[in-house]
Amino acid sequence: MVPIIIFGLSALITLGAALAVVTNKNILHSAFYLVLAFAGVASLYVLLEAPFIAVVQVLIYIGAIAILIVFAIMLTRRIGSDDLIQRNAQWIWAAMGAAGLFLVLGWIVYSVNWPVVTQIVPEDTITILGQELLSTYVIPFEVASVLLLAALVGSIIIGRERE
Amino acid sequence: MADLINLIENWIKNLLLGWGASAGLTGFILQALGSVLVVMVCFAIVIVLIWVERKLAGRLQDRFGPNRAGPYGIFQSFADMIKIFTKEYVTPAGAEKGLYNIAPVLAMASVLAIWAVFPFAVNVIGADIHVGVLYIVAVGAFGILAILMAGWSSNNKYALLGASRSVAMLISYEIPMVIALLVPVLLSHSMKLSVIVEAQEPWFIFVAPLAALIFSISSMAEIGKAPFDLLEAESELVAGYHTEYSGMKFGMFYVAEFLHQFTVGALITIFFLGGWTGPMAVRWPILGVIYFYGKSLFIYLVISWIRLSLPRIRIDEMLDLNWRFLIPVSFVNLVAVAIADRVMMEFTLARWIYVLVMFGMNMFILWAALAIAEKNDQAVEREEFPPRPVAVPPGVDSK
Repeated sequence: MVPIIIFGLSALITLGAALAVVTNKNILHSAFYLVLAFAGVASLYVLLEAPFIAVVQVLIYIGAIAILIVFAIMLTRRIGSDDLIQRNAQWIWAAMGAAGLFLVLGWIVYSVNWPVVTQIVPEDTITILGQELLSTYVIPFEVASVLLLAALVGSIIIGRERE
Repeated sequence: MADLINLIENWIKNLLLGWGASAGLTGFILQALGSVLVVMVCFAIVIVLIWVERKLAGRLQDRFGPNRAGPYGIFQSFADMIKIFTKEYVTPAGAEKGLYNIAPVLAMASVLAIWAVFPFAVNVIGADIHVGVLYIVAVGAFGILAILMAGWSSNNKYALLGASRSVAMLISYEIPMVIALLVPVLLSHSMKLSVIVEAQEPWFIFVAPLAALIFSISSMAEIGKAPFDLLEAESELVAGYHTEYSGMKFGMFYVAEFLHQFTVGALITIFFLGGWTGPMAVRWPILGVIYFYGKSLFIYLVISWIRLSLPRIRIDEMLDLNWRFLIPVSFVNLVAVAIADRVMMEFTLARWIYVLVMFGMNMFILWAALAIAEKNDQAVEREEFPPRPVAVPPGVDSK
């Protein structure tokens, strides 16, 4: 009973915050609502007994991405005012794209026969995760790190002072 | 007597169960009581710490410090507390009310949340989660967010400047901090704080002194006090991100800062000074709690001593120290420790040889890094400015 109440609350907070992100006229408020939405998703991961994913969600999405967004907004002039224009000429296409994506996702969620594991989640998932990442899935893991390294080098080249 | 905390816990548990409460409710009440207790102890410690800090600062600066309220001024903090509770809240014009009020709460919460996972003694452990180390790092992000919120919502240029400095500093110093934290994780093969504490035979400060040093420096930067107090530099930014705060809202930032310093002391204790371990700590868990708080207090005083002795560093020096020294050194250290640990695992060595090799290797890396840094530093060309004329009375040709 208690997990269902907590699930309901965090789902409500996540969805409400996500709605506030798109409807709010002040872009900085949107950014802070985004933080709330990320935190709600993290609490859902905790409920799913995936502590590692939950902590990483907080660490990366709130600790890095959200702070970067807020900082970028703070450094941009006249963007933090309340009279932000929220749509442009292409909003109809964007709405259609979003609706299409929603339909596809909804169809997938309903049609796929999701595997259900009946056994209890092992308490120490992180050791297994680490071993799997460095043995079975070592190539995707390394490819991801090379990709991030390339992005890092690219950002340095873009941000470098021209001589 | 030996196991006072669990004794009380069992007493309350039996009492509640005797009253007919269900096991789930009893567990919930006990956990709630435990977290309230941890938080209250934190606040009680901060009240004392503020007095200790001010007295220490006074002595180090050749003055008396607080000496009016009570013997040796020990009631000074209580007087300050009453004063700050009765002060008016002033909200600046044009401030974002919501964010302005949430920011101090978030700053306080982000520090207190770290205490949730601490092991206080052999059998007095908070939430002993498997991702304890990551949790500590993740929760710290809310502190940065609180500073950003405070700086932006105050509608004050100084506050905004302080907040934007905080990003440059806090986020970049998180990198060496996390890399240094990986070393105790690597040595103890776990991210669970209780396992890290129990794995310290001897303390990790002897096995990985360089990681301890890097962690101490970068977490001192995370506290945001001198010598890294660029985000609230009094002489430049009034008070930085909390310029516009008054009354208890300012008080929460202030207490959060003090508590953060004590928390860093506790973190260094857990990761490098053996946490609650000490003579007789396993047989007498109450001693473990005393050791834990004692070691944390010692580190707290050392940090205070350092920050009272050093002037504020410039922003470019601050970034140089981080990006050109701490981050490369911490990466080299991590790789070296990982390789050495794995290689020595192959040979069954006596523990003291292992520790000696590790200690020597750390010292060598530190020496090499310092030598390289010194060599590079000489190559940096300092920009020479022509001497500027001193103040000239008006009307006189300044040539």
